[in-house]
Amino acid sequence: MDHLIEVQNLKKYFKTPRGMLHAVDDVSFTIEKGKTLGVVGESGCGKSTLGRVIIRLLDATEGHIYFKGTDIAGERHTRKLRQHMQIIFQDPFSSLNPRMSVSEIIAEPLKIHGVCKSRRAVEEKVRELMETVGLAERLANAYPHELDGGRRQRIGIARALALDPQFIVCDEPVSALDVSIQAQILNLMQDLQEERGFAYLFITHDLSVVKHISDQIMVMYLGMVVEKAETQELFDRTLHPYTKALLAAIPEPNIRRVRKQELLRGEITSPIDPKPSCRFAARCPYGEEICFSETPPLEEVLPGHYAACHRVREINGLESGRDEDGTSVSI
Amino acid sequence: MKKTMTTSKTGKKKRSQWGDIWHRLCRNKLAMFGLFVLVLLVLMAVFADVIAPYGYDDQDYSQMLQFPSAAHPMGTDNFGRDIFSRIIYGTRISLQIGFISLMGSAVVGSILGACAGYFGGAADTVIMRGADILMAIPRTVLAIAIATTLGPGLTNAMIAVAISSIPNFARVVRASTLTVKEQEYVEAARAIGASNAHIIARYIFPNVMSPIIVQATLGVGTAIILAASLSFLGLGIQPPVPEWGAMLSASRSYMRDYWYMVTFPGLAIMLTVLALNLFGDGLRDALDPKLKK
Repeated sequence: MDHLIEVQNLKKYFKTPRGMLHAVDDVSFTIEKGKTLGVVGESGCGKSTLGRVIIRLLDATEGHIYFKGTDIAGERHTRKLRQHMQIIFQDPFSSLNPRMSVSEIIAEPLKIHGVCKSRRAVEEKVRELMETVGLAERLANAYPHELDGGRRQRIGIARALALDPQFIVCDEPVSALDVSIQAQILNLMQDLQEERGFAYLFITHDLSVVKHISDQIMVMYLGMVVEKAETQELFDRTLHPYTKALLAAIPEPNIRRVRKQELLRGEITSPIDPKPSCRFAARCPYGEEICFSETPPLEEVLPGHYAACHRVREINGLESGRDEDGTSVSI
Repeated sequence: MKKTMTTSKTGKKKRSQWGDIWHRLCRNKLAMFGLFVLVLLVLMAVFADVIAPYGYDDQDYSQMLQFPSAAHPMGTDNFGRDIFSRIIYGTRISLQIGFISLMGSAVVGSILGACAGYFGGAADTVIMRGADILMAIPRTVLAIAIATTLGPGLTNAMIAVAISSIPNFARVVRASTLTVKEQEYVEAARAIGASNAHIIARYIFPNVMSPIIVQATLGVGTAIILAASLSFLGLGIQPPVPEWGAMLSASRSYMRDYWYMVTFPGLAIMLTVLALNLFGDGLRDALDPKLKK
């Protein structure tokens, strides 16, 4: 069976005066219908670029994006795709046209794609969408600046839902919101997913959010995937040193519990024309010679649990699979 | 703040976007004054035949250079023509020149500027370097050059004035477009499949409206004066057609002894430009829903 989304060796490089910036470098993954893939990483690691390349707001430099088995990476006519793939933006303050009222914003995709036959049908659909995302009908003629962040994000969600997409990229949809509102929006998104069965690519830097919503998590560092696993597996048996450091950085609500903090030192390697090496090597507490000279492949260290690290088995006390029994699969 | 709440609550009574703008405009007293003067001027232009006590080219050599009196409220000129009547008729010409030429250059200039800013690259280079070439020539000289090529007359004067103000619009609109196109809502529009033309029309233009309006209202005054310069050189409106600028320049040599010959046409221009500016400012604020008070 075809996956809903299958990404193969996707690369996105940007030309800069100092050389090629590797924003997304050789990323592969699949997303099934009704599932959520969380993408985590610090600022500038290429997660937003990844989301935009997949829904074709940016052109891929190399690689394939299969949507229901068809390669859309080179597709020139992206208009049709828009009906199937949508995006929810990070900042609900800048992602809504300040000159349009709430109902106009939500009606835009319907009008552009001519989904509704008459004006009445458009109005009806807009009302329905507003109800779905929990916006009061009286706000239809309000302008975005009159509303709070949570309501604005609901408008953004309604706009994304208008065309009944099957796949939605969520680019840090809650990071600009208050914590109490975050929960509301996340619950709304989960309810909608259960109801309509679409797949999410959920981009965030907030691990507690991603744990709450994702089925699978992919950790990115400087454009490359360093670890990928089912959510529970990733939190239970973290393999990659970078993921470990990320998890250690989650604030602990219990002040009595003293934890050993693993602080990362050193600067982030430049993403411009990187040399073959582990990109995390400069900050990694386990960095060795090999880490600075060879790019580690993303391999299946445990069943369904992938990591890209030369010393992953050594660090985690697992027996070395690659050299002896050859069971590990390199992808 | 309280007002906002009530408007959104009574939002059920659906008011169109333009109704909203009008409502906001009505609250601005200065803008309403500007609009009032403009309406007055337009009415004056339309009903000039009824209002004016004399024809614009009725020459009466027994009444030359008369001081303002009951019979001639603004006096008479060196041909014994009634200045008041000429100013009333002049409204037609000056408003026509001001509005039509400005409208033309605003539309063309804005579209060019928006395209240059939005598409960037080669389109930007070609359009903006073209604008630079036009801007390198002083406006009056440029207008004179165009008017000379096209020949004298009202239409040609308007075309000359319009072309010479296109670069200003293109520049202003391009600069604002560059800021607006980086906004996330433009990316959002692309994500829902909007075409470039749609994005420019519905997302870029409404958000770069305020500089266009300011530029336009300020430009109408300049356009009237520029057309007057052309008339003065014999390249624009031909006598005896009354045009404020032409009247102003024609009475230049009498200024020392007969002040009313230059004062009244000058005041007419000033009043029109002032009204336009007040109205333009108000309109700019009304078009911005963020300033809804």
